This record gives sequence, structure tokens and C-alpha cells, in this order.
Amino acid sequence: MVRFLLSRLLRAAVTIVLVVTFAFVVLRLSGDPAQIIMGADAPPEAVDAFRTAWGLDQPVWVQYFHYFGAIASGDLGRSMRDGREAIVLVAERIPATLALTVPALLIKLLLGIPAGIYAALHRNSAVDRALMVAAVAGFTVPSFVLGLLLVLVFAVQLGWLPSGGQESWRHAILPVATLGIGGAAVLARFTRSAMLEVLGQPYIRTASAKGLTWRAVVWSHALPNAAIPTVTIVGFMVGSLIAGAVVVESVFSWPGVGRLMVVAVANRDLAVVQCILLLVAATMVVANLTVDVLYGVLDPRLRTGIRRAGAG
Amino acid sequence: MSGLVAITGLTVAFSGQPALRGVDLAVGRGEAVGLVGESGCGKSVTWLAALGLLPSRAEIGGSVRLEGEELIGAPPARLERVRGGRIAMIFQDPASSLNPVHRVGRQIAEALSLHRGLEGASARAEARRLLDLVGIPDASRRLDAYPHEFSGGQNQRVMIAMALAGRPELLVADEPTTALDVTIQAQILDLLHSLRREFGMALVLISHDLGVVSETCERVAVMYAGRIVEEAPTERIFADPRHPYTRGLLGALPPLAGPKRRLASIPGGVPEPWAMPPGCAFAPRCAAHRPECDRAAPHPLPVAPGHRAACLRATEPAAAEPVPA
Repeated sequence: MVRFLLSRLLRAAVTIVLVVTFAFVVLRLSGDPAQIIMGADAPPEAVDAFRTAWGLDQPVWVQYFHYFGAIASGDLGRSMRDGREAIVLVAERIPATLALTVPALLIKLLLGIPAGIYAALHRNSAVDRALMVAAVAGFTVPSFVLGLLLVLVFAVQLGWLPSGGQESWRHAILPVATLGIGGAAVLARFTRSAMLEVLGQPYIRTASAKGLTWRAVVWSHALPNAAIPTVTIVGFMVGSLIAGAVVVESVFSWPGVGRLMVVAVANRDLAVVQCILLLVAATMVVANLTVDVLYGVLDPRLRTGIRRAGAG
Repeated sequence: MSGLVAITGLTVAFSGQPALRGVDLAVGRGEAVGLVGESGCGKSVTWLAALGLLPSRAEIGGSVRLEGEELIGAPPARLERVRGGRIAMIFQDPASSLNPVHRVGRQIAEALSLHRGLEGASARAEARRLLDLVGIPDASRRLDAYPHEFSGGQNQRVMIAMALAGRPELLVADEPTTALDVTIQAQILDLLHSLRREFGMALVLISHDLGVVSETCERVAVMYAGRIVEEAPTERIFADPRHPYTRGLLGALPPLAGPKRRLASIPGGVPEPWAMPPGCAFAPRCAAHRPECDRAAPHPLPVAPGHRAACLRATEPAAAEPVPA
């Protein structure tokens, strides 16, 4: 088990390094940050001075090693815009983002999983068909379209809810709904197919042949097996708690991490973008690690595999 | 022998396509009956239908009575008491017939709790005794193992232990040895044989293998295209088969003694459910086919006590094609 975790941690570290490296290179290849930040008509001397001040005059690989050296000592750099520490800027925005993504995650779980299970148990019923049409619509409609649609109906036409901003909890309702509905649809479809797969297995027939009630067959034989694939997608959703609301935050002018990232990319505020990407990669990696451990808890076949790998 | 289960006129159709076209079969108390036929002929469907284990889209007709009590259309609560409690069933692929995420002890204990009200330590002790009984070594430790930690043959033993948990009067074994090695097959068949003796339990052995059935069963019913075409005591089926299909099956068996011969195969294939011939379903493949065979499906004719065959020529011993010798 220890060995399993260590190998997974190592893999996680490699993933993070790759993400950060990629972001570092792409940001520097996609336009001169000094020129963008100083403005197109800034005097050349001022732009040069800015470059020297931020070390942008050095070769990319030198910058890269400086950057990693700084990360190792816990320094994630400063914003080129206002000179504040990138990590502080990002940390300030995290609560706002979580205020959207955590309730949205709850909606996804509480709506998506039961809907998927119900649809699977009543396969081809009218409710199943309606749920699946809704689910397809829910995950094919892009979130900005759904967001604008909700704004149109509930803010513009009905006037019940504000269309943007962060003044009160009422402002959160539409963005949370936008995030939650789409995710619930994905989860419902996924749970349904996982359940259908399990319900067709011979051990379900064995459980019925034993004399268990259908309810007991579903609860103690089908659900624990269907949970195994479903955990993957839930893990992905947990992993996108930080980065999953970029579009929705922009649509609803919600001052979260996603919005900060959009602005920082447009401004080539390198340290801020890199800091956000590092954070996003880290959350994703932690979520994946949790999923791997959960697999072991849910599926004894993997547990033996891990024990054997550990022993061998 | 007093009757335990009486199946009469059982029909099953899936979206209008018939899978069973009127099955009549009786199983006496403590009797071992073999149900033989090729895949898709309705052997398993017969018993899945009897126990209400078919998907709800299956259209079921006819009657299955367990000591007079009708099972077809019975309320779920009554069927649940029958399943595992009076009629238990084991299946072809033991590895996937056990739930991979639960320990085998728990899966056996579930049946003990349902049918005998045993819980906790007493359920565990009884589960251990059952594992012992079916020949799993080191039973008390193996209770905590998962199905993937057992071999195929051991999993089938676990399935049998689970089936015995409810002290059923009838065990339906659906191709219990098909997925297993030949040596393991023999062990499982021996086990079923001795358990049946010990508990006086009736056994229905579903198989496509006449050889397997002949060793274990007193009576054999041969199924073809959703009907029972011949039924007789085991020795009679081998000595004096009357239905051309049964003869064909026997002809396809390799002889144990005597010179080697080419194994006979039955020409043609089983008709699809949507293209059943109007008369006898076997007529298109039958060498002894006559025009009247196409008029209506032949009714089973008594040939001898306990022997009936659904062939117009069943009572003409020498008339039909001889078994290739």
C-alpha cells in the first residue's frame, strides 16, 4: 500500500512539473509580456527597463530554472501588474470560486446520481427517456449558452434574480445552477450506464435467485459495483472545483479564480497565470490520487493487485 | 414418486418472438432430471421463467406449480421465499455469478439470514460448515476471501454452498460444469450427486452434454426449439431413443468402446424463432421427414411407461433412421 502510494505520488509530481513547464513555455512564446503590459505605444527604454526588472531579457531556460528554484523555496512570484504576491492574489479569489463550485458539486451529486440510478432501474420508461433527453441537452449545451439562457429567463424576462455580480447569495443562484445542471446531466448519464452494465451481470441474477428482494439486490449488490466507475467521474468533478468555473465566472462577472485567470492571461501576468495553473494541476492530481485510493476501497480485486504489487 | 414441480404449457416470448413453445415437465421429490439440448433451445429460460428471474419484458404463459402452488404470476414476496428457500439455482459461469465486491462468507450468510433467520456468529458458523461440506479446504479462513481469490471450480463449490444454505427441495444446476476443466467437472458432478443423496434434494441438471446428464440423472428430457421432444428414463434414452433429434444427439457422441467412427452431425441448423416451420420444428433437418410432419407440431406420444416422444413415428421403433453404429 505504501509502495502504491509512493509510486502514485511520484507520478503526481511528474504531472505537476509537466503542466507547469508547459504553461511556462507557452506563455513566453505567445507574445511579449513586457510590450503587452506596458502598452503598444510605451517608449522602448521603458519596455527594456521592464524586461530587465522582471528578468525577461534572459534566455528562456535561465528564466525557467530561476522559476523552479523560486517555487522550491515557496516563492510563486509576483504579479507584474501591481507587484503583489501571485499566491495572495489567487488565494483571495478561492473562496468566491468555491462558493460557486461546492454548491454546484452538491447539485451534481444529489441530482445526477439518483437520476441516473432511477433511469437505469426504469429503463426505457417515459421517465428514463425524459431524463436522458434532458441529460443529453444538459451536457451538449455549452455552459455559456446555458448561463445566458438562464439570465435571459430569470434575470431579463422574469426579473427574479440578478444577472451578474457578487453582492448577495441571490447572485450565486444562476451561476451555481448553470454549473450544477450541466454536471448533473453528465453524471446522470454516466451513472445510468454504469448501473445498466452492472444490472446485466450474472451475480445480479444470482442475488435474485437467492431470494433477495429487488430493493436489496439493488442496494447491496448493484450499487457497490456501479460506484466503482462512477467514482472516476466524481473525482474529476472534485478535481475541477478550482478551475471548473472559468467560463461561468466570466458570464456572470463573478470575481473568482477563473475570472482572475482570464484577465491575467489577457494581460500576460505570467506569475499569476502560472500560480493558478499550478494550483489547478495540484487539485486535479490530489483528486485523482483520492480516486485511486477509493478504487482500492471499493474493489477488492484491485486491493489484492496492490498487495501483490507491494509484495513483489 | 410424489410430484414436486409440475410445469404445464409453459410459454415464453421476448418481444413477440417465442422462446418456449409449450413446455411440460414434472420433477418428483428427490428426483434427478436432466434437461438436454443445444444452446438457445430454452433449457435455462424454462427455469428462469419458473422462478420469475426473466426480465419483465418477457411474456410468460402457462403454469408452473410447486406442490400445487402456482408460481407464474405469483406476487414477488411469495417468489422470494421460493427462490433459494425451496428452489435454488446455480449457473454456468461461477466466477461472474458471485458478486466481486463481497466476501463469499457474506454472500452465503445472506441466504442463511433470508431463509433460516441465522445472523452474526451462528450464520458464520453455518456458512463455514457449508463451505466444509462442499469441499473447500480451510473453510473458516476462506469465508473472508473474495470470489476472485478462488478458482473456477471452487467458486462453483461456493455457489453450491450458497444454494444449500436455504435447504432447498430442488436444486436447478444450469450448465454447472460447462466453464470448468474436465477433471473439475467430474468433481463438481460427484459433489452434486452425493449432496443430493445426503439431503434427498431433487436436482435438475441443465446441460448440452448427454454424457454429463447420463451419469447424474435418473430421467432425461430432451429439448428442441422451445419444446420437450423426448422424455424417458436415462437408460431408455440411450437404449431406445425414439425422436430423430435424440438419435442425432446420441450419434454425435463419441463411442467409448469399439472401433473409432466418424461422429454424425445433424444437417442444417435450429430454426430461428421468427421462422418456425408450421409443423414439427425438427422436420426440415429430419431424415425421416414425411408430408404430415408439416401439418401441426406433433404431440408427445407415449412409447413406454415414463417414455414419451413428440414424433409422429415415435411408436414405430424400426421405422426411423437407425442410430449410426
